[in-house]
Amino acid sequence: MALSELKIGRTAVIEGLLLPDEIQHHLMHMGFMPETRVQAVRRAPAGDPTVYAVDGMEVALRRETARWISVREPEEGSR
Amino acid sequence: MSDCCSTATIEIAPVTRVAGKIQTVALVGPPNSGKSTLFNRLTGLRQKVANYPGVTVEQHYGKMSGVDRGDLTLIDLPGIYSLNTHSEDARVAVSVLRGEMPGAPAPDAVLLVLDSLHLQRQLMLAAPILSLGLPTLVLLNMSDLMETRGGEVDTLALARELGVPVAKISATRGTGLDSIKHFLDQKSGIVKAVAPRLELPVVGNPRSYRQWATGISTRTKYKAPISSAWTHKLDSILLGRITGPLLFLVVVFGVFQVVFSVGLPISNASQEFLNGLGAKVGLLLGNGWIESLLIDGVWKGVSAVLVFLPQILLLFLFIGILEDSGYLARAALIADRVMRPIGLNGKAFIPLLSAYACAVPAIMAARTIENKRDRLATVLVTPFMTCSARLPIYMLMIAAFIPNKKLLGDFFGLQAAVMLGLYALGFLAALMTARILKSSLLKASSAPFILELPQYRVPTLRSLGLRLIDRGKVFTQQAGTVILCVMIVLWVLGHVPFHADLPQSVIGHIGRWIEPIIKPLGFNWKIGIGLLSSVIAREVIVGTLGTLYGADPATQSLNLQAALRHDLTLGGAMALVVFFAFAMQCTSTLAVVRREMNSWKWPLLQFTYMSVLAYLGALATNVLVSHFF
Repeated sequence: MALSELKIGRTAVIEGLLLPDEIQHHLMHMGFMPETRVQAVRRAPAGDPTVYAVDGMEVALRRETARWISVREPEEGSR
Repeated sequence: MSDCCSTATIEIAPVTRVAGKIQTVALVGPPNSGKSTLFNRLTGLRQKVANYPGVTVEQHYGKMSGVDRGDLTLIDLPGIYSLNTHSEDARVAVSVLRGEMPGAPAPDAVLLVLDSLHLQRQLMLAAPILSLGLPTLVLLNMSDLMETRGGEVDTLALARELGVPVAKISATRGTGLDSIKHFLDQKSGIVKAVAPRLELPVVGNPRSYRQWATGISTRTKYKAPISSAWTHKLDSILLGRITGPLLFLVVVFGVFQVVFSVGLPISNASQEFLNGLGAKVGLLLGNGWIESLLIDGVWKGVSAVLVFLPQILLLFLFIGILEDSGYLARAALIADRVMRPIGLNGKAFIPLLSAYACAVPAIMAARTIENKRDRLATVLVTPFMTCSARLPIYMLMIAAFIPNKKLLGDFFGLQAAVMLGLYALGFLAALMTARILKSSLLKASSAPFILELPQYRVPTLRSLGLRLIDRGKVFTQQAGTVILCVMIVLWVLGHVPFHADLPQSVIGHIGRWIEPIIKPLGFNWKIGIGLLSSVIAREVIVGTLGTLYGADPATQSLNLQAALRHDLTLGGAMALVVFFAFAMQCTSTLAVVRREMNSWKWPLLQFTYMSVLAYLGALATNVLVSHFF
């Protein structure tokens, strides 16, 4: 599923990024790397952007960007 | 500035440099890792620092006298994530680092500053930096915070892994700086070529750097500190669905109200004091032309501007607290919804906000925007944001014409409301202009909004104090140089030919000549002269009015506020502040736009557009206010 669909408070594992190279590299340097855990922390008051916790850091992304990051929810018990 | 786009390739094999003596040291690190704070510590200089990424956008130089090594030059660089360069500020950093920047000395050694709160991620930068082959010292900044929050790392193991010395420091507190001195003393002898025996990741792609960094942080037993619990708690309130926007408004209202309710009485009292002082000195000087030049001309003009210093400092204190605490990034998050339909890049918000101080650094801060068209749009609309040079004329007109009525109890008064309205007006003009630009001249696909939220920090008194001292200095220097010169010229023009009254003098003639153009706005000829003189810088108008009303026998005995009330209608007064909200009266801004955009076309377009808008806005205000009040 897309990162933008991740419910607040839930954690998922990043599978891949489908964004232009430039943006993809930038995001990877900020910690959005495949096989990394990411948590949806909260939404901005207007409902978008959303704050994500990745790699001990909080980064805000708009829905239009987050929908191009694919994630999977970890299987039950793996946490 | 460098227009040479250095291509984004990374040397695979470490380049060893057989260096002689170290002369130049570069500070390198990811954004918001505290390089500038350390730079200020090491040099005793005062570069701007704040708690958000992208504060530094060009290189700064300083002598390292803070650690008794005045013979060494330290270069502070904009933050970078890698040696790939997508934005102008990162391009600057990389070309300086590689010694490709014309006019900048190539660095002989590197201080790599990493934020130890996020060491694992920050280590990714170490790979490309170490591959440059320069003598490097790795500094784990904010190590005090890391340790109090239960984080740890084996620095000896890290040094072994990286093949370079590693030290824990805290740039804010100034601890651990001995290690830098020690490193430099050691390397200052003849430096042996550093034998590259490191296993660095091969290709310059984030994934391999990432694996490398993860490996190292596991082997050095890095334990990330728990993220501060109160950042989380604060965010749940400050970014709450209802409390977030509400507190945002409270913060904004509160700032303006305090600037008025605390700042204005101080300003008024110092005006009284300075006027009294001028009158006493005037008595000593006798009743000649010297007294007239010094007291009525220079003193009244310069002091009229200087009395606004307390309010400006108060405003800067608040901006400083917002910037240093980390709230600014949250404000950007709340405001993103407003910016989006406009089509402005999310990153444009921080330059726009920092333009509340001054448009010049804000325009430079737009370098962090990767997309060229977005950057140009941001640069073009930034001067609409209410900068501190507009404050003196706003304060003066509001204090003179708007009654001190309470709107919401003690919390919010009419004067503060008018002031807030003027700020909102400038902001709206910026947004509308951006909207027009983005849908016509500067169409571009919208760039993504990627905003790092820094953890909250309590602003240090030292940092706030230094800001205020610097700001105060800039303001008084401006009053002592530019404004002083303009006042002398005005006084002379106001007294030629000899023994003519002010209206018959050269200045009176110029004023009468332009009066028909500005009459529809409700301005008289004195205001017209003020507008002309303020093309140099906005705050000059207050000085000019001080001098002109001081020189005119009809208003000489009145203070400036009373003199203005005597001479202007409410419509004219409000038209004047609206004119200032829109007009581009700042030679420094025009110069910096020309420099950043490398052409006169944009600043000229900007000047024309803003002047026309200012004229029309003032005309509409005068007509409307005169009709309704």
